[in-house]
Amino acid sequence: MLKLDKKDAVTFLFVVAITLLAPFIMNPFPTESGLAQFNAGYPDLMQRFVIFGIFAIGYNILFGLTGYLSFGHAAFLGMGSYAAVWMFKLLTMNVIPALILSIIVAGLFSLLIGFISLRRSGIYFSILTLAFAEMSFRLAYSVLTPLTNGETGLQITLKDPRVLDAINTTGHQPVTSLFGLEMRNTATLDIAGWAFQFNVGYYVSAVFMLIAFYISMRIFRSPFGLMLRAIKTNQTRLNYTGLNSRPYTLAAFVISGMYAGLAGGLLASMDPLAGAERMQWTASGEVVLMTILGGAGTLLGPVLGAGFIKYFENIFSKINDNILHSWFSFMPESLETFFTTIIHPFVGKGWHLTLGLMFMLIVTFLPGGLVDGGTRIWNRIRKNKKSSSSAASSTEPVE
Amino acid sequence: MDAILLQVLNGLDKGSAYALIALGLTLIFGTLGVVNFAHGALFMIGAFCAVTLQKILNISTISLDPTKTDFLGDPLKIKTPLVETWFGEIAGQAIIDWTVPLAVLFSIPIMLVIGYVMERGLIRHFYKRPHADQILVTFGLAIVAGELVKANFGATEIQVPAPDLLAGVTDLGVYLGFDVGRVAYPTWRITFFCFSLAVIGSIFAFLQFTTFGMVVRAGMADRETVGLLGINIDRKFTIMFGIAAAVAGVAGVMYTPIKPPSYELGMQFLVISFVVVVVGGMGSLAGAVLAGFMLGILESFASMNEVKSFFEMLYLPSIDQIIIYLVAIIVLLVRPRGLLGKAGVMED
Repeated sequence: MLKLDKKDAVTFLFVVAITLLAPFIMNPFPTESGLAQFNAGYPDLMQRFVIFGIFAIGYNILFGLTGYLSFGHAAFLGMGSYAAVWMFKLLTMNVIPALILSIIVAGLFSLLIGFISLRRSGIYFSILTLAFAEMSFRLAYSVLTPLTNGETGLQITLKDPRVLDAINTTGHQPVTSLFGLEMRNTATLDIAGWAFQFNVGYYVSAVFMLIAFYISMRIFRSPFGLMLRAIKTNQTRLNYTGLNSRPYTLAAFVISGMYAGLAGGLLASMDPLAGAERMQWTASGEVVLMTILGGAGTLLGPVLGAGFIKYFENIFSKINDNILHSWFSFMPESLETFFTTIIHPFVGKGWHLTLGLMFMLIVTFLPGGLVDGGTRIWNRIRKNKKSSSSAASSTEPVE
Repeated sequence: MDAILLQVLNGLDKGSAYALIALGLTLIFGTLGVVNFAHGALFMIGAFCAVTLQKILNISTISLDPTKTDFLGDPLKIKTPLVETWFGEIAGQAIIDWTVPLAVLFSIPIMLVIGYVMERGLIRHFYKRPHADQILVTFGLAIVAGELVKANFGATEIQVPAPDLLAGVTDLGVYLGFDVGRVAYPTWRITFFCFSLAVIGSIFAFLQFTTFGMVVRAGMADRETVGLLGINIDRKFTIMFGIAAAVAGVAGVMYTPIKPPSYELGMQFLVISFVVVVVGGMGSLAGAVLAGFMLGILESFASMNEVKSFFEMLYLPSIDQIIIYLVAIIVLLVRPRGLLGKAGVMED
């Protein structure tokens, strides 16, 4: 099916099913229950899952497959956002032209930056991309203010020309749409205490994510993907065979840049504004984390990592002291205060602390990421089953 | 002429900070072969050593003065810092006034310990891992350090004033024959520059003229052979890591009166100091120092109005924001090994 072998087809169908049924899967707790705060099934968060999924899938092609650690990809995401918002301002509120332009712009810039950065490899490459990222951020933040609106960020206004759209007489800000289907439209399905939300923006992004995932799958299985893997494994040896690896690395860089541009364009399509802070190099650190957390060089890993991080970002930053107190209220007061004080720095505003710690722990103990960890546990269970069928019941997978 | 001199001076203080951080980075890279993304965080921690010392010195006892009242009519509260009670009023005030220089002494042992613990506890496990892993784990560490500081000190910048004696302005132009007031320059920045020269000088002297330094240099050239000669080179390198951390730390302390520290300070300086290291040549100590000062001065020249308006004609407004990165990219493309880098060292 779709030129995929059987195993890949199953994986792909699995991802399709998960993404399409996400409004159900992400919403396991009834709205009224106390656990409802752990639900992830609302449009904004689900959109971010798939959009950052796209970003991470693309980044994985460069980092996971080719082994080049770039700190500059947030810049392409930001450029994609700016391009999309300009399209909303000048042409039409339809997302398709905006997305096309954001992919093209990000592709062109990644061609330029990649062409220069890829003349070096290893740490030099990382530092070059770092320098480019910081430069792009500063360009967007202050130098190119006419194009980017500097600190405030680029927004749509009522006065924008929008040559293809009918003249806006409503006096309200126009909303992004796909041929009239508004991105913010949400249908809610109430079943016995559960409220499932189906959002147009989510499904549009999800379709793009599935296409992106499919393409990345094909790249992984193609001779081109094999070449990228060879570059990661031993570039020197590859060069000694007389092959010039530069075109391949550049292609990988541009592809991942275009993925980032698409993600940025989608972000802007969901909420039509673009700010420079999206381009900061520390934002690139986040996509690196997503990729290694899920498993760099694996197919499913980046999507998994993106979902994981965005979910915990959302949940952790919502937890405040009151919630903590209510959790530990069954304990004696001194213990309650103790636990609240211990956990307090890691939640709410301290989410980045948790993120940083997670970063260190994952890199140190699980460089293969969640997918690798899951596989290892799975293999161990299977081995145990073979040796003694009773041992399996005691181990349970974390995922 | 005086304008140019002023810009050179302006660049020197930033350049000193760049040079000190880059020197530490190069020391770590040259000895341990580790790319330390947490080095900016060390600079920031140093700055917060000064903040902490300031807080400690200002711990006060509060007494009520019944003879005076404040604007609400309550008896006026008088804060007496403990150091004033202990050492007498004049000595106590002097101690508080000289917080920053004292913080240098205060920070050195702290930074040495932090460096030592960091190397033994974390970095050591990453020698055999790829550079990407080293970058990522130290990047995570930098985030953690920044967030811890934010949790304890808040997100706003904290002022730590320079001692009164050095807080004013020195008219350097007078010594050089310019008119009075043409080349006036904050005294603290001159102090900072001299301080960083002293630190850089002593690091070089330490490496050049002591047995310890000789062993370290030998280890940088060929670690394995030095190890085979029966020298515990790992231990020496650990100490060098501590020293590099201390250099970043004291730079951070001395920089606090120039730029009030916040938790973001580390990340702000990190990128630039990496750029400095690469421009100077990875692994070259002299290159790091040279590039640090050069880029600092270049940055301050680019912020001159004349230069700015020239570049605005070329449609490049606010060139000072990006000049360092532009130069870095050009240098890396034209001369990949950096200004003073040795041929063949990390050149791929």
